[in-house]
Amino acid sequence: MTISREALDKVALSEKEYNLIVQRLGREPTEVELGLFGSLWSEHCGYKHSKLLLKALPTWGKHVLVGPGEENAGAIDIGDGEVLVMKMESHNHPSAVEPYQGAATGVGGIVRDIFTMGARPIALLNSLRFGPLTDSHNRYLFNGVVGGIGGYGNCLGIPNMGGEAFFASCYSGNPVVNALCLGIADKAKMVRARASGKGNLLMLVGAETGRDGIYGASGLASRTFEEEQELRPTVQVGNPFLEKLLIEACLELAQTDWIVGMQDLGAAGLTSAAVESVARGGAGVEIDVGKVPRRDENMTPYEVMLSESQERMLVIVKRGHEDKVQALFDHWELRSDIIGEVTDSGLAVIKEGKEVVAEVLVNLLLSPPLYRRRSKKPAWLTELQSFDMATIPDLRPRQCNSTLLRLLASPNIASKEWIYRQYDHQVMNNSVVLPGGDAAVLRMKGTRKGISLATDGNGRYCYLDPFLGGVIAVVEAARNLVCSGAEPLAVTDCLNFGNPEKDDVYYQLTESIKGMARSCRELRIPVISGNVSLYNETKGQAIYPTPVVGMVGVIYDINRYCTMSFKDEGDLVFLLGAAPSRSAGSSEGASGGALGGSEYLEVVHHLIKGKPSIDLDLERRVQRCCLEAIRRGLVKSAHDCSDGGLAVAIAESCIVGDIGFKGEGCRMGGRLDDSLFGELQSRIVVSLPAGSGAKLEKIAARWQVPLALLGKIGGRRVSMEGCIDLPLAKIRKAWGKGLERLLG
Amino acid sequence: MRFGIVVFPGTWSDRDCHYALHDVLGQEADYIWHKEAQFSGYDCIVLPGGFSYGDYLRVGAIARFSPVTAAVERFAHSGGLVIGICNGFQILCEAGLLPGVLLASSHLQYRCQWVSLRVENGYSSFSSKCEKGQVLRMPISHYEGNYYADETALAELEANGQVVFRYCTPSGKITEGVNPNGSLHNIAGILNREGNVLGMMPHPERACETLLGSTEGNLIWESMIDYLQGSS
Repeated sequence: MTISREALDKVALSEKEYNLIVQRLGREPTEVELGLFGSLWSEHCGYKHSKLLLKALPTWGKHVLVGPGEENAGAIDIGDGEVLVMKMESHNHPSAVEPYQGAATGVGGIVRDIFTMGARPIALLNSLRFGPLTDSHNRYLFNGVVGGIGGYGNCLGIPNMGGEAFFASCYSGNPVVNALCLGIADKAKMVRARASGKGNLLMLVGAETGRDGIYGASGLASRTFEEEQELRPTVQVGNPFLEKLLIEACLELAQTDWIVGMQDLGAAGLTSAAVESVARGGAGVEIDVGKVPRRDENMTPYEVMLSESQERMLVIVKRGHEDKVQALFDHWELRSDIIGEVTDSGLAVIKEGKEVVAEVLVNLLLSPPLYRRRSKKPAWLTELQSFDMATIPDLRPRQCNSTLLRLLASPNIASKEWIYRQYDHQVMNNSVVLPGGDAAVLRMKGTRKGISLATDGNGRYCYLDPFLGGVIAVVEAARNLVCSGAEPLAVTDCLNFGNPEKDDVYYQLTESIKGMARSCRELRIPVISGNVSLYNETKGQAIYPTPVVGMVGVIYDINRYCTMSFKDEGDLVFLLGAAPSRSAGSSEGASGGALGGSEYLEVVHHLIKGKPSIDLDLERRVQRCCLEAIRRGLVKSAHDCSDGGLAVAIAESCIVGDIGFKGEGCRMGGRLDDSLFGELQSRIVVSLPAGSGAKLEKIAARWQVPLALLGKIGGRRVSMEGCIDLPLAKIRKAWGKGLERLLG
Repeated sequence: MRFGIVVFPGTWSDRDCHYALHDVLGQEADYIWHKEAQFSGYDCIVLPGGFSYGDYLRVGAIARFSPVTAAVERFAHSGGLVIGICNGFQILCEAGLLPGVLLASSHLQYRCQWVSLRVENGYSSFSSKCEKGQVLRMPISHYEGNYYADETALAELEANGQVVFRYCTPSGKITEGVNPNGSLHNIAGILNREGNVLGMMPHPERACETLLGSTEGNLIWESMIDYLQGSS
C-alpha cells in the first residue's frame, strides 16, 4: 500500500477497505477515484453497518409503489390517481456544528428529495432532541435549529406541521435534528431518479458549485467528531429562495416528456447524484467537470465532484429537448448547464476537458463492504432493567397536585407552541388540525380525504430496552394517527445511534430495528423510506438509541377527523385499553409496571431505570376499536395516553379544549403514582356524549378492549378523586409556559 | 369579476388566493408573472404573501422594482382596486402606494397564529360586508409585520378612517397584550387616502372555509366583489 494514513482518514476509509478497492480495480485509485469511493462507501451513503439489519423491516404493502432505497423517497398510492411521497432524513452533525444552517439545509435536502420525484411538497415535520435547556450551549443549539428550520421552511411556502421535541442530557453537544417531508404527485407523472438512454444529457441546474460541504458525507456524517470548530466549513449554507424557484421549475418540468429522470444533489454532491442515477438506469456516465459552473476559483476536479453546495439538481434530458428545458429554467431565472451525457459503458468517467481523472465501474462504487457484527446485550442494561420500583415510596395524595404541575411544566411534556408558532403551518390552505395535537391533519383538495401525520420515538425507552423501544416508537406513531381518525398507511424512519463499531451501540441498533419490524408486521404498516445516522457521540458518549418513526395515514372522510380537545360540558370520558390496575406495580414484579422509563420517574425521582412494556395484540385491538368509534362519529375527542401517563393526558385534553374535568375512575388500585403517571401503553382517552356510552361499550366488547369510565367534562377545575384538584388556569400556565420559562 | 394575482419569484400565497377567489367564491382569477410590464382586463389586482426575492436586502425592496410593480402603480393611480396581503402589504409600502413601513416584530420572531381583527371602517371597498366593530378571525404568518409610520402620517390615517383592521381580543378590545408584532395603534390593515388600495398583514385567503377554522376572510373578498359589481 502506497497511500498514507492521513489520506485515508480524510475520506474515512480503513486500510482494509482501501486494499479491497485496489484489489477490485486491479490498480491504485487516482485521487478523484479515492474521493468517489470515500463518499460512496461512507456510512452515510453506503449503509455499511446497517444495510443487513434493515432487511428485517417489512417494506411491502398493497399501497406501496416505491420502497426504501429505490428512489429518493418512498411512495404510496392513495387512490384517485394520486400518490403520496415521503421521506425523513437526519442533519444531526451539521446542526451540532452550525445549528442554523445545519437545520436549514436539512429542510432543503429533504424537500429536494420529494420534488425530485415530481411531487409537490405539502408538509414538513421535525423530530428534535436536545440536551437540557438549562445549559446555555444547548439553548444556543436549540434556538439556532428552530430558527434555521423556520428560516428555510417559511420561505418555501410549505406548511410545517410540527413533530416532536424531547430533552435529555445524552443529547448535549449532539442534538438530533430529523426532518420529514411529505409530497403529493399525480401517479402518471411521477419522475424517477434514473439516467438511461445512451446520448441523453446530464444538466446541472440551480446554484453554482463551491467548496462548501466537501467531506460532508464521509467526514461529518460517518464518524464521531470532537473538534467541531474545525469542521465548520463542512457545513453548507442554504439559499431557500433559490430552492423555491427550483421547486416551481422542476414541478413544471415534471409535467413535460422532455426528461428521463431527475436527481437532487445531496450528500456527496455530484458524485452520488450521477453515479446513483446511472446505476438505477443500468447505464454509464461521462462528466466533464470543466463544464460545471463554480463560485470559487481554481477548484480541482476532486472538489467539484465532492462539493455539497446546496440547491442543485441533476436533470437527465432527452437529447433534442435541451433547448426547451433550458428555456423553462431561464423563465425561473435559474442557471442550467449541460455537464455530461449518459453512456452504455457501465463506467463512471470523469474528465476535466480532455483529461480523464477517474474511470471506475459504477457498480463497484456502489458495492461497499457490508458489515455484520456480533450483537450482545450489555451487562449494565440488565442491571438497569431489574430496578425494583418497591424501593421508591409511592406518592401521597397531597403530593399529587404539585407532581402533576411539575410534569406538565417539564419540557418533554409542556406545550411546544414556542417552537411551532415560528413555523408557517397554514400556508397551502389544507391545515385542518394544526401542530400541538397527537397528529397533524391536512385535507386533500378536490377529494373527501384527509392526511394525518406524526413522528414518534422515545429514546429513553430505547435506552432501557432497545427492542421494546423500537416496538413502541411504531405503535405510538400509529396510535397518534388513529386518534385523529386516520388509517396508518406507511412509515419513514430515521435511525439515530452512536458508533456502530461499539458492541453496545450495535446491540441497540440491531434490537431497535427488530422491534420496529415486529410492530410494523403486527400493525401491517410497511416502511417505505428512511435514513440512518450513526456516530452520534460526543466525548465517547453515545446518544440514547433514537429511532424516529414518521408515519402517514389517510382519513377517508375528512368530516370525521378527531382532535384531542374535550368539547362539551356533561360529556363522559372513557379510557380505552389497558386498565391501570393491570400494571399496578405488584403484578409485574421488579420491572415496575408502567413506571419504568417514565417521565415521572426521571422528573420526580431522577431515575432512568426499569423498562417499558407492551402487549402488541391488545395494542392492535385498541387502535382498531378507537378508529371504528371515530369513524362512526361516536367520540368527540381522542388522545393518546403517553408521556406523563393518564393524569397528564386528561389535563392536556382539558387545556386544549378550555374546559374542566371531574374524575371518579382515574385511580384503579395499586400504586397511586402508577395510576396517575405510569406510562402503560395501549391506552386512549376518549370523550363522548352521555347517551353514547352503551354504543362504545358494544364496540369495545367486540374488539375485546377493556373500557373504563374515568369521569365527566365540565367546570373550570381539573379534579381526580381526591388526589388532584386544580384550577384549569393553573394547569394551563404550567403546561403553556414550561418551555418558554427555560428560554428566558 | 376578474382578479389578477401577481407572482414574484418567491411568492407563495398566490395559489391560496387563487383557491379562495376561484374555487371558493367562483370568481375568475389569473396569475400575472412579475416580468409583465403591462396587463389589462382585470377588475382587481392581488399582491399575495410570500418571500418575494427571498426577502433579500429588505422585505419588498426588490419586488418594488419589478416591471409588474410599475403596472400595478398605474392601475392603482387610475382608481383600480389593489389588495396587498402580508408580503404584498410590504411591497405596497415600499412602492409608496401606502404610507409607513413594516418593521421586524418587536419580539424578533416569526409568528404563525390565529388573530382577532376589529373592523374599524365598515364602509370601505374592502370591508363594506362587515359592521364597524365586528371581530374577524384569521391567521397571520410573518416576521416583518410591525406597522410603523411617523406621528403626522399616523394621525392622518386615523383622522381619515384609513385604518381598517386592528388586532384585538376575541371580544373586540384593543390591548397591548393582544398585539402580535408591536404594530403602532395595533394596526393590521390600512387603506390609501383614496380608498382603492388596501394593505393587510393577516391572510384572508386562509380563512375561507369552515374546515380550515374560519370563513371570515371571505367578507373582505365579498366586499370587493360587491363594490366592483356596483361600479360596473
